[in-house]
Amino acid sequence: MQHFDQELATLKEKLLTMASLAEAAVNKAIKALVDRDDDLARRVKDEDSNIDRLEIEMDDAAISLLAKAPLASDLRLITVAMKISHDLERVGDEATTIARRSLELSHEPQLKPYIDIPRMAKMALEMLSEALDAFVNRNPEKARAVIPRDKEVDHLNKQLHRELSSYMVEKPTTITRCLSLMVISKSLERVADHATNVAEEVVYLYEAKDIRHSGKGQNNHGTLSG
Amino acid sequence: MQGTACACALLVVAPLALVFFHLVKSGVGSLNFDFFTHLPKPVGEAGGGMANAIVGTFTLLGMAAFIGVPIGVLGGVYLSEYGSSKLNWWIRFAADILNGVPSIIWGIVVYALVVVPMKGFSAWAGGIVLGMMMIPLIMRTTEEVLLLVPGAYREAALALGIAQWRMIAQIVVRTALKGIVTGVLLALARVSGETAPLLFTAFGNRFWNHNPSDPIAALPLQVFNYAISPYDDWHRQAWAGALVLLLLITTINVTVRVLTRDRFRQSGR
Amino acid sequence: MTTDEQKSFESTLPASRVSPTRDHGSAEAVRLSRPALTVNDLSVFFADTQVLKRVSLEIRARAVTAVIGPSGCGKSTFLRSLNRMHELVPGARMSGEIRLFGDDIYAGAVEPVMVRRRVGMVFQKSNPFPTMSIGDNVTVGLRLNGIRDRAVLNERVENSLHMAALWDEVRDRLNAPAISLSGGQQQRLCIARALAVQPEVLLMDEPASALDPLATAKIEDLILELKKDYTIVIVTHNMQQAARISDFTAFFYLGELIEFDATRKIFTNPAKKQTEDYVTGRFG
Repeated sequence: MQHFDQELATLKEKLLTMASLAEAAVNKAIKALVDRDDDLARRVKDEDSNIDRLEIEMDDAAISLLAKAPLASDLRLITVAMKISHDLERVGDEATTIARRSLELSHEPQLKPYIDIPRMAKMALEMLSEALDAFVNRNPEKARAVIPRDKEVDHLNKQLHRELSSYMVEKPTTITRCLSLMVISKSLERVADHATNVAEEVVYLYEAKDIRHSGKGQNNHGTLSG
Repeated sequence: MQGTACACALLVVAPLALVFFHLVKSGVGSLNFDFFTHLPKPVGEAGGGMANAIVGTFTLLGMAAFIGVPIGVLGGVYLSEYGSSKLNWWIRFAADILNGVPSIIWGIVVYALVVVPMKGFSAWAGGIVLGMMMIPLIMRTTEEVLLLVPGAYREAALALGIAQWRMIAQIVVRTALKGIVTGVLLALARVSGETAPLLFTAFGNRFWNHNPSDPIAALPLQVFNYAISPYDDWHRQAWAGALVLLLLITTINVTVRVLTRDRFRQSGR
Repeated sequence: MTTDEQKSFESTLPASRVSPTRDHGSAEAVRLSRPALTVNDLSVFFADTQVLKRVSLEIRARAVTAVIGPSGCGKSTFLRSLNRMHELVPGARMSGEIRLFGDDIYAGAVEPVMVRRRVGMVFQKSNPFPTMSIGDNVTVGLRLNGIRDRAVLNERVENSLHMAALWDEVRDRLNAPAISLSGGQQQRLCIARALAVQPEVLLMDEPASALDPLATAKIEDLILELKKDYTIVIVTHNMQQAARISDFTAFFYLGELIEFDATRKIFTNPAKKQTEDYVTGRFG
């Protein structure tokens, strides 16, 4: 079992590496926006390829582990790791989107001080960080606590959307800048969604309960153990 | 080392070669049609044959088989398939001792048990003594051959809901049949040459035997009587008789070899 | 003579098994909604050693139940107690109760032979009788129990070999010696032989462990087909095999039944840590 356990440990390590890269990417992208730092923004775009490469490596490692026909908690760990890695890759892509928009915005005068966007970013990144902590520390309760916070981020996004919409109507010259900000806000909302996904996967891993798609008006898929 | 081993092997085979060679040389000349079809001539006259002795040997072997085979095989079945291990140990012990008992003692015992009450020598007594000698032999070889039948077959048969006695009779024994037949043939070969017990039971007969309660001729007996006689003609016939006896035993052994060779071919798949 | 023996043999079978076609009428449906085997508080002793400790479970009809556990856990003994084959070991005793569709198989008046005709068994190493042909092997259970009618025997040979997915391969050489078949074919022949007696339950003791992967896959497919008509209990040390083919799984350890549940649950999220450790290969 030694070799198998070692492979599982390597899989987890890769996942956590991906996670820190993805978190750092979002952080840097927001910093590039706030500081109007083009170099930083460009670096975020370039470094996304690292995250993509890790996703491919993760899939590869997971497949080779699955070929050994694991069962029970091993099986859940591997399938969950694959899913979380996809979510993390998407988070990396959102960071790239934010970096691109930040490059455009830095060539035009800033509309107003950035308050809401950094706040959203902080919330989304905290959600992601806590979901990943729950994964590492085997704490499904902590993961469950992440899920309701998605609503707050959604709320902030909608709010920002409304503000920017009325601003665009009042001052048409700000349209391009407002649209870019909307895109950034949407990206952050998606980062929060991905963090929620990760939290749901962690609950499945440690409780064998599939809690996806519940509480959003859709049917509960029921427990996997039935 | 190899040279010594080779020499020893040759040393083992040498007596057999000597015997064969001598018997053929001395006996083949007297083997003619008369030998196999005529009765012995009166004392002193030349010619005649050992027809009655040859027939007598076969008759005695038939009677011995009639007694020895059923009891021996069933005994072997009991030892292999039934019985408690303690009882079986004692039975095996007894059988092994009996297999080593000198044949003349068998002869004396049957003399006391059969010849004396019947007030005379008889073919019955000869058949009985040879049969009794065959029993422990057949019992042990049957047991050994049955024990070689893998337990898997017994299990498979029982798992089909087949009764135990049927399983033993129609699966186990059937599988071991060649081995059992081999054991029987070897026992027959062994007793066909016994002389001492027949001295006390069958006794020998110069004429045809028409009644099993009468004495009966047998090859070993005839060979013995002719050999210690003072007549040259009888000596020659004794050699011939010994040769016939040896050929009989050799034929049985060769048959056994042929039968067991078939088995190897089948199991080699 | 034959007809009488045949009648007495058939009288040990439930009515539905007498006719060649399976009767799926309401009486049969009611019968099958009951568990095939109910084990209550079963303990088995060999001389002074207790090999099974108070095992209780229900085996559902027309489903595959897998029995898993490390070496020496009692799974083979448990299997054999279901058709009283453990009694072949001298000094074997049992306590508790086992019911086959409601009938107590250890009741005083019941002969082990009768139980074994209703509960068949296939062993780890295939063991076709070497002195018999393929066809004779299939019918041996019938012939040695008194059924001699040529027509019945021929029909059973064809049916059983079909059910064992062997008919097409051997239809032209039913008189060939059984040992001329390959290992996988021999095992399927043993399955046909067991099915020819028309048991209600089929016990399988690691039936594919001596076979190569291709032959194993054929046997597993066969089991999935057979479970439409038979209740199957299979002992296996191959976790993935149990996960592939069984509906329920029982995990034994040191003579005790540790966990018994739907296979899906045992292999994705077992309730007991011992089960989890065994299933993921971390002990045993």
